[in-house]
Amino acid sequence: MAVNYGAHRVTTGAHYGIRDWLAQRVTAALMALFTLVVLFEVIFSKGPLGYDTWAHIFSGECMKFLTLAAILALLYHAWIGIRDIWMDYIKPVSVRLCLHVFSIVWLVGCAGWAIRVLWRV
Amino acid sequence: MTELVSSPKAKRPEFRNINALHDLPGYRLPIAGIVSILHRVSGALLFLLMPFIIWMFDTSISSEISFARFTAVFNVGVGFLPGWFVKLVALAIIWAFLHHFVAGLRYLVMDISHKLVTKEFGRSSAQVTLVISLTLTAALAAKLFGLY
Repeated sequence: MAVNYGAHRVTTGAHYGIRDWLAQRVTAALMALFTLVVLFEVIFSKGPLGYDTWAHIFSGECMKFLTLAAILALLYHAWIGIRDIWMDYIKPVSVRLCLHVFSIVWLVGCAGWAIRVLWRV
Repeated sequence: MTELVSSPKAKRPEFRNINALHDLPGYRLPIAGIVSILHRVSGALLFLLMPFIIWMFDTSISSEISFARFTAVFNVGVGFLPGWFVKLVALAIIWAFLHHFVAGLRYLVMDISHKLVTKEFGRSSAQVTLVISLTLTAALAAKLFGLY
C-alpha cells in the first residue's frame, strides 16, 4: 500500500469513497423528488403562471422545508461531482487545492444566496 | 510451398494515454459513453451557471416588481445583452438540467439492479436518454422563443 502519512500524505481527494458515492445518489433522489413536486405544482396551478401563482408555490412551510433540503442536497451533490472532475483532470496538488477552495466558496455562497431568497417569499 | 495468406486487416487503432487534441477527434465513443461525458459536461455547466439560476429564482420570486424585471430581461435584454442571448443561456440551463436529470435517473436504475448492467441495456437506455432529453429541450426551446 502506498504511503499516506508524513510528507507523502495525500492532501486532496475523496478519502471516503462509498460514503460520498451513496450521498450523491441520495441527494440526487431528493432533488428529483423536489423537481417533480415543483413541476406538479406548476402544471396543476390554476390560471396563467404569474407572480402570485409562482410565489405561492414556495410560500408554504412544507415547501420551504423541502426546498431547503433540496438546496443543501444540491450543495453536497455538486461538491462531490465537481471535486471528481478536478480529481480526474487536474494533477498538480497546488492547482487542485485552489480549485477545491474556489468550488467550496462558489457553492457555499450560492447556497446562502438561495436560502436567503427562499425566506423572502 | 504455400504461404498462409491472412486477409489484410486494417490495424485497429490503439488508444493509450489519450490526448484530447490528437486522439479524441478520431475516437468513436459508444452512445453510452456520449451520455456519460455529457452528464459531466451538463453538471459542470449547471455548476458554472448556478449564480444565474439563483438570480432567476431571486427576481422571479422576491416581489411583483422584481418579477416584472425578470420577464423584461428575457424580452428586451439586460445591459448590453439582448433578450435572445439571455434566452439562449436559459436554454443551455434547460438542456443541461434535462440531460443531467434523465441520465441521472438512468444511473440510479443501473445502481439498483445488476441485471440491468448489460451491454444491450446500456446502449438502449442511452438512446432513450438522448431522445427524451433532446425532445423535451426542443419542446421547451420552441416555447421559450415563442413558436407556440
